[in-house]
Amino acid sequence: MAEQIYWEDINVNDELPPLPKIATTRMLVKWAGASGDFNPLHYDSALAAAVGVGSPIIHGALKRQWLVQLVTDWMGEQGTLKKFACSYRAMDWPRKMATPWTPEEGETWQCKGKVTNKYADGDQKLVDCAISIENGKGEETTRGAATVMLPNRG
Amino acid sequence: MLAEEMAPFIGKNVGTIACEVEKGSIKRFADAVEETNPLYWDEEYARKSRYGSIIAPPGFFGWPVKLPPGQTFQRPTDIADPPEAMDEMRAVLARAGYFNVLDGGIEYEFFLPVRAGDALTAKSIIKEVREREGKSGKMAFVIIETSYTNKKNELVAVQRSTAIYR
Repeated sequence: MAEQIYWEDINVNDELPPLPKIATTRMLVKWAGASGDFNPLHYDSALAAAVGVGSPIIHGALKRQWLVQLVTDWMGEQGTLKKFACSYRAMDWPRKMATPWTPEEGETWQCKGKVTNKYADGDQKLVDCAISIENGKGEETTRGAATVMLPNRG
Repeated sequence: MLAEEMAPFIGKNVGTIACEVEKGSIKRFADAVEETNPLYWDEEYARKSRYGSIIAPPGFFGWPVKLPPGQTFQRPTDIADPPEAMDEMRAVLARAGYFNVLDGGIEYEFFLPVRAGDALTAKSIIKEVREREGKSGKMAFVIIETSYTNKKNELVAVQRSTAIYR
């Protein structure tokens, strides 16, 4: 875990440490089981082709949780996530597995965030962030925002 | 007009579900995301934290998750209030030519941490339906609002998910 950050030290336009992620077909299976989303669009190649997405796509909610991790890793244990939103702008396809343990070469996704506002609401010290996921080509496929309450150094 | 046909559905309850927040399900969820925060699985670590016990990553509210029956682990006893309004709404959408659905996104407001051992109640309503002409034809946005409360009837979180029908 990174060191605790404090509200006083944060400035608008600060960037959150980027969080790289590699989605694989294996990760999608784990996510389906762990999240309970058994929509075959995420594991059945024939169905994915038939509905026009080519091959199984990454669950939007998995991308959402990557962004939750981006923000919660950054805010530290004394931080509190108050609000979170994201929308899925484009589809993403996982890497296939080269062996039972290692993925094929391919895309790495980058979860990114930037501080857009810093303010107080009563005694709550708050920070807003813009957050996004870029695919391997640098295209934004997911976009969102988060509001975090941070501790005072005081 | 779709807006008129959908109006009776606004505010309708589309299911009330009891969600159990188990330690093991939190751990599997965190593992699937490749989370690195020990608050989600290390009891010793979590006990010394400000939470005092294992918490779930924001966005996890226990089992069964809020998805339509048949799409997740759900037994009839899990569903206190069957989501008939949802089926009726989907029938109206299908008559208007909307057959495919995609996850458009989600919004959360978090009020209390979700802890291992919590028993939450998730109540969902149809919040809003709107139609839009997109690049690839018309689309309907259906927003479902879910409120999660704990055993003390405290509001834990509110979630608004957008389904895009096309």
